[in-house]
Amino acid sequence: MNGMSLIVRTAAKLVRTFVLVFGLYLALYGHLTPGGGFAGGVVCAGLYVLLVLAFGRDAPGKRLRESWLARLDSLAILAFLVIGLLGVRYGGSFLANFIRRAFPGRPYDLASGGTIPLANLAIWLKVSASLALAFAVLVAAGRRTGADAEEE
Amino acid sequence: MVELLVGVLFFTVGAAIVAVETRSLLSSVIGLGAVGFGLSLAFLLLCAPDIAIVQVVVEVLTLVFLIRATLGRGVQTTEESRDTFGMVMTASLLLVMLLVLAGAIQSLPAFGEPRFAADPSAPAAQYLAAALEQTGAANAVTAVVLDFRAYDTLGEATVLFAAVLGVVVVLRRRPRRTDGEGGVS
Repeated sequence: MNGMSLIVRTAAKLVRTFVLVFGLYLALYGHLTPGGGFAGGVVCAGLYVLLVLAFGRDAPGKRLRESWLARLDSLAILAFLVIGLLGVRYGGSFLANFIRRAFPGRPYDLASGGTIPLANLAIWLKVSASLALAFAVLVAAGRRTGADAEEE
Repeated sequence: MVELLVGVLFFTVGAAIVAVETRSLLSSVIGLGAVGFGLSLAFLLLCAPDIAIVQVVVEVLTLVFLIRATLGRGVQTTEESRDTFGMVMTASLLLVMLLVLAGAIQSLPAFGEPRFAADPSAPAAQYLAAALEQTGAANAVTAVVLDFRAYDTLGEATVLFAAVLGVVVVLRRRPRRTDGEGGVS
């Protein structure tokens, strides 16, 4: 996959930072406004897809190759489990909101909600890494079967 | 507002029929995209913005995956011969279901009437009442998904993990040669 025309590449360059920030915003403010970790994660995975489609299959570079995406994926779900186990240690039950009990915070603040923003960030990382990995593997598989030879 | 919702649902059903019945693969994929967007619009009209956001972004991503997997890949399409007996049986079964459901809908409460939230001992009413104080999250949906029912979210994340693991295992193969196109992925 070799990337697309100048118009697509220019538009992608203009838009990519906004899309990343928007995905992160959806996940980080998920406990205050509609959104949450899943929506933000899919948006960031869509950003990865946009970069690969617009700039070619080597665009994400070394830091976002398949093995790293798989590691980020596993790390994110481990983080969610660690939050749950810390809830056992400090809150009495698995996935208890122990931070909320210690530091209530004001309603509608970013720092309210206890473990909820942290869990949202873990879910965001998990979903974006998973779907980006699935797309990267599909692109690599397409390359191997020579299907790209049919594209112009 | 109900008329708008009914219009959107008719659009979605029409797009689904187009997706199934059309001969062109591109039209079929576009029809699937229209189904997804129509569903997202329906969720918005039903005052569920969280679901609408997730639906529209997943729809876009799914469209990209589908287009990448099907168009330009030389996918063979076949035409089935007309199965008259099957069509008649399906139509009669649908007619019976329609009559039964029309009778059942008569006994349902009015559309949008909060039956479970109105009963104070129901979990939904307790979650709605206690979401802000007990969890600190202003968004009640996130409060339920990530605090009251966080274990289900862990299950959902595990399902996604297993699904992507399956995709990677099936599609990844270690390249034997170090020459050839690209490098080791």
